[in-house]
Amino acid sequence: MQDSEGIWGNVKSFFTEAGDMAYFAGRFFMEVFKPPFEFRELLRQCYNMGNRSLLLVGVTGFILGLVFTLQSRPTLMEFGAESWMPSMVSISIVREIGPVIIALICAGRIGSGIGAELGSMRVTEQIDAMEVSGTNPFKYLVVTRILATTLMLPLLIIFGDAIALLGSALIENLKGEVSFVLYFNKVFNALKFSDLIPATIKSFFFGFAIGLVGCYKGYYCSKGTVGVGEASNAAVVYTSMLLFVIDFIAVFVTDIFYG
Amino acid sequence: METTRNNEPVLEIRDLRKSFGEQKVLNGFNLKLFKGESLVVMGKSGSGKSVMIKCLVGLMQADSGSIRIKDHDITSLGREELDVLRTEIGFLFQGSALYDSMTVRENLEFPLRRHKKKLHLDGSTESLVLEALENVGLAKAIDLMPSELSGGMQRRVALARALILKPNIILYDEPTTGLDPITSKEIIQLMRTIQETYNTSSLIITHDVDCARVISNRIILLVDGVNYAEGTFEELLKNKDPKVQAFFKN
Repeated sequence: MQDSEGIWGNVKSFFTEAGDMAYFAGRFFMEVFKPPFEFRELLRQCYNMGNRSLLLVGVTGFILGLVFTLQSRPTLMEFGAESWMPSMVSISIVREIGPVIIALICAGRIGSGIGAELGSMRVTEQIDAMEVSGTNPFKYLVVTRILATTLMLPLLIIFGDAIALLGSALIENLKGEVSFVLYFNKVFNALKFSDLIPATIKSFFFGFAIGLVGCYKGYYCSKGTVGVGEASNAAVVYTSMLLFVIDFIAVFVTDIFYG
Repeated sequence: METTRNNEPVLEIRDLRKSFGEQKVLNGFNLKLFKGESLVVMGKSGSGKSVMIKCLVGLMQADSGSIRIKDHDITSLGREELDVLRTEIGFLFQGSALYDSMTVRENLEFPLRRHKKKLHLDGSTESLVLEALENVGLAKAIDLMPSELSGGMQRRVALARALILKPNIILYDEPTTGLDPITSKEIIQLMRTIQETYNTSSLIITHDVDCARVISNRIILLVDGVNYAEGTFEELLKNKDPKVQAFFKN
């Protein structure tokens, strides 16, 4: 009996939280088109989230390309299909692995950062101070951050994918004596718009999810410094789950149109 | 302090009620603040002081009652009207609440950028920022980050930020909490100076008896969410009621 109440309680709190988050997202869409527009803060956030994530995304992408190629090589060689390596790696990375891995990395770096920053601002009354000074903190803090993640994530993913292909080309060049020109010729021959467009559209949704969850958790943070830690942690956990759900939906929809 | 009460209140709270679930925090609280007056609201922790002050600036929604500032009932104002009215109110938060990602200069410029029209600002805000910082004796800290300031300095900068829009009413939420006795005295003295220089009306929430003694024209004692006693510091000091004496016996 107690167990069923516990499960029911969890289900209820899950739907309550999902509803609150949907309301939060609705408020974002209501505020985003209303002046005044906080361009300066938006640019600052784009710089913080985009430029400052380049190294992390670059290193991750490079290692991803290296490892993926190294691991796939023996199997392809067994079937005498190593010439398929560039097309296989590029399609896998551009369609699926690149966007998901880089979005997860960004959920860790950007999402938790937003959760911690807004949470800390909430518990130290900085958000209240903003409100009292006649500024709409939702517009200044939340709208700008969600917009910045939505705009920056596709760029980071494109950058990460490119670096991953570079890593893969390096391995092919060292192990298989394939020139960079030949490798990238094969990559561009293999890739179609039907690979690029859904992946790019999907990455906008990933960016939106990272910003939304981070802001939601931070903005409604409570319980002092413990709450800040919880907000930061929850931002990463919830975003990671949401990214896989979005990815599943995106793959499903893509399959309908291009399958 | 000498009382400078006029007839028209600049701020009036009538029958304010606020509950959190079953717990009634404010249970019909009333208050009038007159121009140029320093009104102190005292009460022990959990008596509803902070809830009252948050209702006053629209950070919390009261269950019932009215709050009138400059002939506007803030409980019935929309967001934009409330934002305009908020420029008439300066708020000093208990923990200073400086924006920690901004320098002292940016902290003071932030409200100015939002309300350029009200202040008829066309160009640089530098002179206003400097003037506000000079008033609290911290002009040299203009390019420092809040984390580089001591607790007392942060409180001063927060006070400069509260003053920068030239408000008519200043709300102080526990202005001396967390400060050492010497810094507390400096802050209290600064509050007096500001009161005299700008002729603002001040509403001070505190449980610091020294602060109340020095700064108040009038004191309201808040017990169980209602006005329990009211008078000058001396009047309340002579009051024989045990609940009033509990505040002043030391």
